[in-house]
Amino acid sequence: MSTHRDVILGKVKKTLEALPKRAEYPDYDTEAVITIPEDADLWEHFKTAMQAVNGKVYDTLVELKKWMIENEYLSGYCDPDLLDVFSRELSPEIKLETTYDRDRIDTYQFGITRASGAIAESGTIILKDKDTSSRLGSLTPWVHITALRPDEVYRDIPTALDQLGDDPNIIWVTGPSKTADIEGILIEGVHGPGEQICLRLDS
Amino acid sequence: MSVQPIDRYVERIAPDVQTAVMENSITATQKRHDALFGDYEDPDKIRRIAGAIKQHTVEHLDRYLPQAEEKLKANGVKVHWASDGEEANRIVFEIMRSKKATKVVKSKSMVSEETELGHYLEERGMECVETDLGEYIVQIDNDHPSHIVKPIIHKNRQDVARSFEREGLGEYNDDPEVITHRARKHLRGKYMEADVGITGANFVSAESGRMLLITNEGNSRFCLAPTKVHIAMVGIEKLVPKDRDLSVMLNLLARSATGQRLTVYTEFISGPKSAAQPDGPEEMHLIFLDNRRTQVLESDCREILRCIRCGACMNVCPVYRQASGFAYRSVYPGPLGAVLSPLLASKFADYADLPKASSLCGACNEVCPVDIPIPDLLLRLRDKAKVEGIKSPGTPPMGMWATMASKPVLWKTALSAGKMMDFFPKSMIPVPAFQAWYKKKDLPEWHGKRFRSWMANRPNPKKNDQPEASEK
Repeated sequence: MSTHRDVILGKVKKTLEALPKRAEYPDYDTEAVITIPEDADLWEHFKTAMQAVNGKVYDTLVELKKWMIENEYLSGYCDPDLLDVFSRELSPEIKLETTYDRDRIDTYQFGITRASGAIAESGTIILKDKDTSSRLGSLTPWVHITALRPDEVYRDIPTALDQLGDDPNIIWVTGPSKTADIEGILIEGVHGPGEQICLRLDS
Repeated sequence: MSVQPIDRYVERIAPDVQTAVMENSITATQKRHDALFGDYEDPDKIRRIAGAIKQHTVEHLDRYLPQAEEKLKANGVKVHWASDGEEANRIVFEIMRSKKATKVVKSKSMVSEETELGHYLEERGMECVETDLGEYIVQIDNDHPSHIVKPIIHKNRQDVARSFEREGLGEYNDDPEVITHRARKHLRGKYMEADVGITGANFVSAESGRMLLITNEGNSRFCLAPTKVHIAMVGIEKLVPKDRDLSVMLNLLARSATGQRLTVYTEFISGPKSAAQPDGPEEMHLIFLDNRRTQVLESDCREILRCIRCGACMNVCPVYRQASGFAYRSVYPGPLGAVLSPLLASKFADYADLPKASSLCGACNEVCPVDIPIPDLLLRLRDKAKVEGIKSPGTPPMGMWATMASKPVLWKTALSAGKMMDFFPKSMIPVPAFQAWYKKKDLPEWHGKRFRSWMANRPNPKKNDQPEASEK
């Protein structure tokens, strides 16, 4: 009995072998798709690009805290490895929990997790499964705060693709979750975060 | 009066739907143009690279499919193969049964629209919830998507508000923000209680076995966070040879579809969750689906298998803008659908009218991120219908025209009689195709000159010392 696999691959093979000539893989340079200027400052460019897609970038915890207090984001999830850094500045006004409880997903106003990198060209945050302490913690709260060191910013998309590594789940995040399904009107915060934040870590 | 099926649909379309489709398509086309030409000096160069990569892939599927399979398996993914939709649906059902799973959350996928997976699972007692906002609305309305990127382009906010009220999602409110946030709240419950997340894939890299999921809403992320099993259904043409090729595809796809530089979420998935990660599927399945794609590969229209489903061709198409998606009567509307639907259908004749629903203006080819020569493919399919003797009802009879156009004496006589058209009541002309056309347009007055005599006596621009006359 031939399997579906054999049938499909058999048809593909038979058809393609009958072609007199097949298209070759094109010779191209990925430089052709890069839009970032050569002399760009990576952090500054990243910041501008992320702001252009309605993300927010904070250079210090003091600025981030001010924004959180103003908007009354006072309780949320925090990656245990980042607790020291964040609680030093945010506590006691802002409450940080280091466990994510699936039974009360709507009680976390924000989630703080580690970014694995970023792309200056597109203002993209890179989340890898191995560096993200909880997929749900980075996804379900209205506000997602990622922490990132400036030396972790890749210049462009081809470079970032080249450095994907062996992580089984890598997410490139370019701005807050959004939709334009109803009458083409842009609404932010559909299933993912309505606020996408990046905090610069300096050590 | 006999008209073609697509025209019959256009006659019934509500004016506000037509306006919505038209305006939305024009905006999308403009955004695409601004995004591509704003960032690139010569976007056509990049489209040609992308087209060459995909054409090479399609013509080497015998190499790349086994290569991808090997990589996927090495990454811990269970790979399945399905010749048709029925088999693909059966595989999904069997996986669910073996896991004692009953609840599915589904991220938007065009192949599962082809196989009607949602209905298949529901008929067998499973709950299957669409999570893309537009697709969710389509599901609760028991409707069909009418655009591959904007599924409810044919509905307005009042329609959606009434549907939400009917489904018990709150009192009538037609503010898109309120509607969206109600959907957010409602669907979170569905994600959290689901056993299985089902997705499609935008690309699969043969080099690394990574599959890519591209969404703006984040529903695919949510389908793969609380669930224990991930099943991806993927058309066999979705491959790219190398990871580096994705840089070309991602840059073009987002700009062509929505005018974004990158879509909000680009997920690279190459297997079950990592060991230390508390959330996410412990098991991942990928189903390669044929569903007559091998037949398309065998045809002389295999270029259509390059398609990366951005929707730019329908947005720009003058026929789609008037007719809207349902007129194409299948999963894929617009110029893409006019080529793909007849080829994927079990009976070519059922959709043989679609390739004729085009003015062959070429706009679809100009905007296509993988440079598919759609007008050429439409001509090949028209030829196929002719060769196979397929009659399409409503096509105007051209026999008289052909006789006239091939006999110079008849032609000249007809032209000299043209002046009569100014006096003849046009509503009396007994040609259905003319009447259909005349409903929306009028004929100009007869000028009475013959082209050849005008051509011979026209002022010679070379003798004219006005440089602007020769400039466009």
